[in-house]
Amino acid sequence: MKNVLAIFEKEMKSYFVSPIAYVVLTVFLVISGYFFYNILTIFMERSMFAAMQSQQFGGPPPSIDVPALVSRNFFGVLSTVILFMLPMITMATFADEKRRGTMELLMTSPITNLQVILGKFLGALAFFFLMLVPTLFYQVFILVYSSPRMAFGPIFSGYLGLLLLGGSLIALGIFISTLTENQIVAASVTFGAFLILWVIDLSARSGGTALQEILSYLSILNHFEDFSKGVIDTSSVVIYSSFIFLGLFLTFRSIESLRWRQ
Amino acid sequence: MIEVDHLTKRYGSVKAIENITFGVEKGEILGFLGPNGAGKTTTMRILTCFLPATEGTARVAGFDVFDSPMDAKKHLGYLPENPPLYQELSVDSFLDFVAKIKGVDSRERRRRIEEVKDRVSIKEYSNTLIKNLSKGYKQRVGLAQALIHDPQVLILDEPTVGLDPNQIIEVRQLIKSLSGDHTIILSTHILPEVSMTCQRVVIISKGRIAAMDTPENLTRQLQGAERIYLEVKGPESTVKTRIKEIEGVLRVESTRLDGDEAYSFSVETELKQDVRSKVARKIVESGYDLLELRAMSMSLEEVFLQLTTKEEGVRGQ
Repeated sequence: MKNVLAIFEKEMKSYFVSPIAYVVLTVFLVISGYFFYNILTIFMERSMFAAMQSQQFGGPPPSIDVPALVSRNFFGVLSTVILFMLPMITMATFADEKRRGTMELLMTSPITNLQVILGKFLGALAFFFLMLVPTLFYQVFILVYSSPRMAFGPIFSGYLGLLLLGGSLIALGIFISTLTENQIVAASVTFGAFLILWVIDLSARSGGTALQEILSYLSILNHFEDFSKGVIDTSSVVIYSSFIFLGLFLTFRSIESLRWRQ
Repeated sequence: MIEVDHLTKRYGSVKAIENITFGVEKGEILGFLGPNGAGKTTTMRILTCFLPATEGTARVAGFDVFDSPMDAKKHLGYLPENPPLYQELSVDSFLDFVAKIKGVDSRERRRRIEEVKDRVSIKEYSNTLIKNLSKGYKQRVGLAQALIHDPQVLILDEPTVGLDPNQIIEVRQLIKSLSGDHTIILSTHILPEVSMTCQRVVIISKGRIAAMDTPENLTRQLQGAERIYLEVKGPESTVKTRIKEIEGVLRVESTRLDGDEAYSFSVETELKQDVRSKVARKIVESGYDLLELRAMSMSLEEVFLQLTTKEEGVRGQ
């Protein structure tokens, strides 16, 4: 545990002395802020338009739950934006250690590969968490200004879902980072892999055949929707946990095989 | 302290090292000498548990590097050829990190960091980012990293490569001052470095041990041969056999010179045997033209080259 913590601390230090961390944080904030503004405007206009219509034609008041829709759509946007951001967090994890020769330091120290991997995984996850913290402001903003007061549950489950989704993507990204010495290659391949996950999700949504049914179970992006609606489905948690486990297991095997491949 | 027993490492069908056996006593500095690609780094990587051996065993501080790598790693400090440094960290936070993963007790950590910084004299750079240090100072941080947990065994892979002459002298003195407390293996392809710092030398060539002795003995044995150089106009093979007939001649090599029918010969002779006049007379008596004749003394570098490229010269022990 002490060793995991040592790696974790070093990872966090390394993130915050490199410009990449600040670039990622800033770009993520700008994009999420822009989308939040857009989504909020769209739904407010839509609800105002519906209210005006019902006033003119004397129908019942419209049933558009603006706060819930904004919050849910905002989560949806966040889950897509992180596909572009996470490769930049994971690309250096092992690729850079291999390039700089510091892998030799780690592997000749009395510390197990599992401890190294866990430290790095937790470090990336913590950085991702820090990335999400400012977006909490938007969600709280909706919560405070909603009337009647919106439920807190979906916000909590949404962030839990984001962390699970992010964890899965990070585990995959770290594995890809072990395969090369070049950060750019690691980032590109990771991004490509995330896009494939996205394509799987799109094709799963577009119909109802048996294959698409299976795909929608496997699509880790699809499982996120439940969380943004406030539903914590055990099967989704299991899918995410298995995905994280698989990613870290592959990383472990890849690191072990380094010794034999060299 | 270090026992290496019939170590072999193959990469696919290529043998990087073959049947290497040697031992290092406590407090001794052993020089590992060989040209690039001889297998020095491979041997060191096996000793540091970084690579598994194909055959044979190695023990560090009494622990088998394959069966109990965690124990072995606790007792060894390793400085690879390129010092493993996190450029973006300061010297202090880097050493703190290494101390943690090397298992230095948290109460001792602060003290140890100060001690090693003192030892390699980088105290004034405690808060400097490693990337802003000069190459010599980076090398020192690399050494500090290897020393942080006060290991019994130090393995240093080409510690002076790429440094300027002043830095080289400083690093050598530093290494020398570390012996006694630590058992050190040091690899290099620079011969004088070995004679200056090491008590015993293993010369390794093409993955095999070519010689093993003290530096003094090795140079004495190796310099037990002298060489003369001559250029002769005449048939190559006949001249060669004529020269070989002379007493004290060990070996003759020839190469064709540009133009004419001239050849150059390199003649190796036994120690203290000046055969120049005999050779000159013989050539002239045989009716060939002697174009040039001079004595060549073997420099240490040549001796080393001869040993590592031909492996014939002298075998120690």
